[in-house]
Amino acid sequence: MNTAMAAVTLIDPAPAVAAAPGRSYWGLVLRQLRRDPVAMTAAIVLLLLVAAALLAPWISPADPYKASMLKRLLPPGSPGHWLGTDELGRDMLTRLIYGGRMSLVIGVVPVLAAFVIGTGIGLVAGYVGGWVNMAIMRTLDVFYAFPSVLLAVAIAGALGPGMSNSMIALTMVFIPQVVRVAESVTTQVRHLDYVDAARLSGDSALGIIRHHVLGNVIGPVFVYATGLVSVSMILASGLSFLGLGVKPPEPEWGLMLNTLRSAIYSQPLLAALPGAMIFVTSMAFNLLADGIRSAMDIKR
Amino acid sequence: MALPDIGGPAQPLLSVTGLRKHFALPGGLLKRNAAKVRAVDGVSFTVAKGETLGVVGESGCGKSTTARLVARLIEPDAGELVFDGQAVGAQTGLALKDFRRSLQMVFQDAYASLNPRMPVAEAVAYGPQVHGMPAPAARQRAHDLLARVGLAPAVFAHRYPHELSGGQRQRVNIARALAFEPRLLILDESVAALDKSVQAQVLNLLQELKAERGLTYLFISHDLHVVHYLADRVMVMYLGIVVETGPVEALYRTPRHPYTKALLSAVPSLDPARRTRQSPLAGDPPNPVDPPSGCRFRDRCTLAQARCAVEVPALRQSTTGHWAACHFDEGLA
Amino acid sequence: MLAYFLKRLLATIPIALGVTVVSFLLVYIAPGDPLNAIAPADAPAEVISALRATYGLDRPMPVRYGLWLERALHGDLGASIASGRSVVSEVLAAVSNTLLLAGMAAAVGVTLGCVLGALAGYRVGSSIDRVASAVSVVGVSVPHYWLGLVLTIVFSVKLGWLPAMGAGPGDSEGWAWDMAHLRHLVLPAATLCVIPMGIITRTVRALVADTLNQEFVVSLRARGLPASRIFRHVAKNAAPTVLAVTGLQVGYLMGGSILVETVFAWPGTGFLLNTAIFQRDIPLLQGTILVLCLFFVVLNLFVDMLQPWFDPRIARA
Repeated sequence: MNTAMAAVTLIDPAPAVAAAPGRSYWGLVLRQLRRDPVAMTAAIVLLLLVAAALLAPWISPADPYKASMLKRLLPPGSPGHWLGTDELGRDMLTRLIYGGRMSLVIGVVPVLAAFVIGTGIGLVAGYVGGWVNMAIMRTLDVFYAFPSVLLAVAIAGALGPGMSNSMIALTMVFIPQVVRVAESVTTQVRHLDYVDAARLSGDSALGIIRHHVLGNVIGPVFVYATGLVSVSMILASGLSFLGLGVKPPEPEWGLMLNTLRSAIYSQPLLAALPGAMIFVTSMAFNLLADGIRSAMDIKR
Repeated sequence: MALPDIGGPAQPLLSVTGLRKHFALPGGLLKRNAAKVRAVDGVSFTVAKGETLGVVGESGCGKSTTARLVARLIEPDAGELVFDGQAVGAQTGLALKDFRRSLQMVFQDAYASLNPRMPVAEAVAYGPQVHGMPAPAARQRAHDLLARVGLAPAVFAHRYPHELSGGQRQRVNIARALAFEPRLLILDESVAALDKSVQAQVLNLLQELKAERGLTYLFISHDLHVVHYLADRVMVMYLGIVVETGPVEALYRTPRHPYTKALLSAVPSLDPARRTRQSPLAGDPPNPVDPPSGCRFRDRCTLAQARCAVEVPALRQSTTGHWAACHFDEGLA
Repeated sequence: MLAYFLKRLLATIPIALGVTVVSFLLVYIAPGDPLNAIAPADAPAEVISALRATYGLDRPMPVRYGLWLERALHGDLGASIASGRSVVSEVLAAVSNTLLLAGMAAAVGVTLGCVLGALAGYRVGSSIDRVASAVSVVGVSVPHYWLGLVLTIVFSVKLGWLPAMGAGPGDSEGWAWDMAHLRHLVLPAATLCVIPMGIITRTVRALVADTLNQEFVVSLRARGLPASRIFRHVAKNAAPTVLAVTGLQVGYLMGGSILVETVFAWPGTGFLLNTAIFQRDIPLLQGTILVLCLFFVVLNLFVDMLQPWFDPRIARA
């Protein structure tokens, strides 16, 4: 038997294709994404919205704060005001473009903050385990017991109106959710053999987390966070709609919906416009997030 | 990078005494009542420099747990680990980080052992870098090792684990372990998941590397053929304890413990004279939570008698270097 | 099984306690002295100190919390600063209205979602699947407060079929299941139901498609099991998750109805919350948040308790 085993020398059936150097995981995801027409359309729409928001001062026809009592509630299509004017005579198109800035910022920043903070906490809870994990997760369970709208409204209501307050409120609503996902993934990764192998290398816990755990955790958490952006936008605008977010005379889509409410009887189309913008943006984020999720799935 | 030899050839490289690890089972309202799985229950052995010690036993006997305890991936409840004369982890002994340079492990699941987001060369170079080697030198070493294990760096260095076959991944794992220039390599069922033909290649590679680098192996497997091929000495485990240990030829030819005898006779053979007619093992597979009193093997042993339930058999030496834990050792020949 | 129930119950208690703490503390994270909201700015010193004593604002925070909790356990959540009525009665009246709205929205949304999702799951890739996907994406992307406005514009302003606001004659006090009242329920419920509909459609579609692909279904089909029996298997596999999601959605709708209730001036807890925030009515605010969240916690517990009926594996885990 010994000699039989020693004599075997087969050629390893490996594909002889040389792999292109410098190919990264995210590069592959991007390439997959490019083939998805729905996701690409959504991405283009978002790009246009972001561009409009960035170039607002140059592409807006009027001053978003300039009111005119004579020109109140002009319908869309009026001369000089393509999308009409609002209840204080300000140009709607301009207000919508500037509103995009605020709405996008209030929507994206809390998710970004929650992503960073939440991933950090989740990594610690998942990697260390034990009572640290229990302490963190049980505390967050309490916040998880609040429906997100209620928590956002309660915190924003308590802190008072204002853009930064509503962003803080939203961040606090999202952090428990992100931590939950991050901790779950980290705990799974923690028990895989390659983390054991990394521990065998003698590296410090922080080093292992950085080199081996983080890269494998960020993916799923990122996917989850992209789904949160549209929720964040809707919530943020909702807070402004309630009067808890951005204060007048700032242009923000949610706030505009609020102030234009009485106009639903006289100029319904006008009153509905800001909400339509929120809808389009939110949908674009969701479709893009779905596309990213599918693109990452195939690689797995 | 490798740590130098301290005690000379006569001193065992690894000396394990009284290793114990019990796992608490979840459940039960109070922690105190929780049942324990006695995975490793007082295991002692030595590994001489340059030898291959094979560890065999059925699933659940504690082989893998022993390996992880020796590698200090899990903390033992009790027991002492002495590496080349120095106590591991003790104040005056070997620091854990240095121990990590001397002892490395290759796991069974080749795919789960590799970070899916890391190109293999980077995975191999990671270890030396942790111990202070500058990146370019580490990368060079990684390339050299990949070449040595049969994976041309030009083709394989920047590949990801999912782009390799099972045998190739295991070679990467071996290269990764060797990057530390260890003195002892633990191979935990490292070839079990591979196809037979690939298994043969990897085993031959292991033999070559051992001769080249003066390595010592702790080879864990449930495959008795492979152990016979590779090992110099064999240790048989059952339910968390060592039941027999001895030189490979002597153990395979004249096993002294009923369990070893049963294991060996269960191995299929093409030789009609060596085929088993009757099941060598009686009774049910053991429950590691509540092992039988006295000799743990007694409820499956055909030689069991009243004495076996009362007295725990100690490991006794019958011939040179051949130890067995059975009350009726003298009766077996 | 009993051990499972007890463990879940035990686990809920600290959460409920935590909820009370957070509900209590929430109103105090605002800058400024809460007394400013209660007393007029130029009130004489005795009035201020009397108010301070009444509301316990002169005691340290943990004491305040303890007193508040003790009273709450006896069913006393204090009195609303604005209306003077007991918080409990205000909240209970509002809760019944919100429960009505949320319940109706959940029922409609979940039913439609299950039907659409199941159809899509059976015919993956077909046009109905695409419709279902569109519905679910729209359902989760649309700002429901805007949808409410749009529906109001279409059905109330333009067509005049349905009323735009309120809960009907008698408002929050008297609800009856008659046309006069039901007309007021239609638009708010229709608005609110798109959220659960979107989520349930997506969930059910994934579950159904997944289950149909599993080997045991293929083998059942191969053995000639009729489609109706196969559907029972599919339903049983999907039920635990759908149940869990529905429970969460009902809780979410209860807690998150504030926006829709504001649009339609529906006299529910959301509307109450809105009023309480703007009037800085601390007892009402604390009481409303507490009741809503505890409701959510109990609902989750209830859903957890029901799970083992559908999936015996859970109780054993």
